[in-house]
Amino acid sequence: MMQPSASRATRTSPEALPGTSGDQVAVFPYLVFMEFLAALLISILLLVWALAVDAPLLPEANPGKTENPAKAPWYFVGLQELLVYFDPWIAGVAIPTLIILALMAIPYLDTNRTATGRYTSTERRLEIGHFLFGFALWWVLIAIGQFLRGPNWEFYWPWEDWRIPQSAAEGLWSFPWWLGLPALAAYVAAGVVLPRRRWPWLYAGLGRGRYLIVMTLVLLLYGVPIKMLLRLLLGVKYVLATPWFNV
Amino acid sequence: MASSRISDAVARVIPRLRQLVAAGRSSQLYRSIFRHEWMDSARNRALEVTSNVFLHLHPISIPRHALKVRYTFCLGGLTFFLFLVETVTGVLLMFYYRPTPEHAYVDMKTLEHAVRFGFTLRNLHRWGAHLMVVLVMLHMLRVFLTGSYRPPREFNWVLGVTLLVLTLLLSFTGYLLPWDQLAFWAVTVGTNMAAATPFIGAEGPFHSFFGATATNDVRFLLLGDMRVGPNALLRFYVMHCVALPLVAGILMTAHFWRVRKDGGISRPL
Repeated sequence: MMQPSASRATRTSPEALPGTSGDQVAVFPYLVFMEFLAALLISILLLVWALAVDAPLLPEANPGKTENPAKAPWYFVGLQELLVYFDPWIAGVAIPTLIILALMAIPYLDTNRTATGRYTSTERRLEIGHFLFGFALWWVLIAIGQFLRGPNWEFYWPWEDWRIPQSAAEGLWSFPWWLGLPALAAYVAAGVVLPRRRWPWLYAGLGRGRYLIVMTLVLLLYGVPIKMLLRLLLGVKYVLATPWFNV
Repeated sequence: MASSRISDAVARVIPRLRQLVAAGRSSQLYRSIFRHEWMDSARNRALEVTSNVFLHLHPISIPRHALKVRYTFCLGGLTFFLFLVETVTGVLLMFYYRPTPEHAYVDMKTLEHAVRFGFTLRNLHRWGAHLMVVLVMLHMLRVFLTGSYRPPREFNWVLGVTLLVLTLLLSFTGYLLPWDQLAFWAVTVGTNMAAATPFIGAEGPFHSFFGATATNDVRFLLLGDMRVGPNALLRFYVMHCVALPLVAGILMTAHFWRVRKDGGISRPL
């Protein structure tokens, strides 16, 4: 016989059980059981994966025989992919350092207090939008570097043969300083001034110091794909070339 | 009838078993290990947590919403669990591995061909590491999307970002140890980036400012040499097996402790 649902609820719902009152539930067994279950499921997943797929082991390390392409571990391949568009000190040092520092700074820059402690698709649109853009860019760069780069880091679709060389010849050019310097200045100025006009509450909420830091970081974030597009569409090597460093 | 004889025997044995179990639970041995009674009561549920060193980082009770799997997806806890998996499989791998260019690759081949389930052990360690990197990134995404880094949890987010970096460094230092072509050239590519560091890298901008050269720059510090070789293998091994796990362990302690001190997992205000 089916039990009436009301009595079933009173028998199995946590309210009727020891250690549970109002909104509070006992950690043992409820949380501990879930932790155990999660650990068990991931153990099964990992064990099946480890039994089914062998980790790669290539021939012994040979300093005299360069792998082509030589790829970094997949989580750093996104940075390696950026080497196409930036000098090594930017792609390999400045960008990762800025990512780490910017991530650490997030709690001190975000003055918004709406939608704390829950998922939202209608509030915090700017924060979530920028963050997801950066997060997605990180994975897209990894995917390109990992799956679409062949010998000499040339671009190959998955169905293209790596033995056929890609035409590496590109007519690359750099902005002369009288174009590059104003272009960078205009980018920074527009990025600092326009959002304040468009979203006055943003500036009011953040205050001047936070606003300037946030806009700098946002401009740096979008500077990466902008530089990539300049290179891909117009063949621009550097926006600003100086005797000491190039951007 | 055979069946009635069996049921008679069962009927005699079960009460005896019950007595035995009850005696066991009131024995000195049981009470010395578990500092609470067996009975399911609110008091004993609390004591399960507070009298167990592995569980006592938990509070006794939590808000009901904290049990919602679709809020946390258990990502932080699973990352920690994979750290434990990596520790156990890593210690086992250390029995079969010597961090010198003469031995490292041969030891990998021995593990593959002469150790029962040796390659499964290695696969668990390798795929577990990849999984851990993915989970720690998703954990960060979850914490961001729910705004859980906000006061009073700002500094715990900073600790979390540090742990993300440590996870990547742990994975990267382990990448060299198989000493195959994949490992060698991946780490060559990775550490060449270090030489491009401004001021302290031999090939970076302003490298002459402090007089950085190939024999004293930051890449030399990482590799103990100008290129990946025996010193780099030893350095990466020690970092991978000792230094980085210690630092990660200390920071994880602080990270988990602060989750509690900052009021448990975040909730709608």
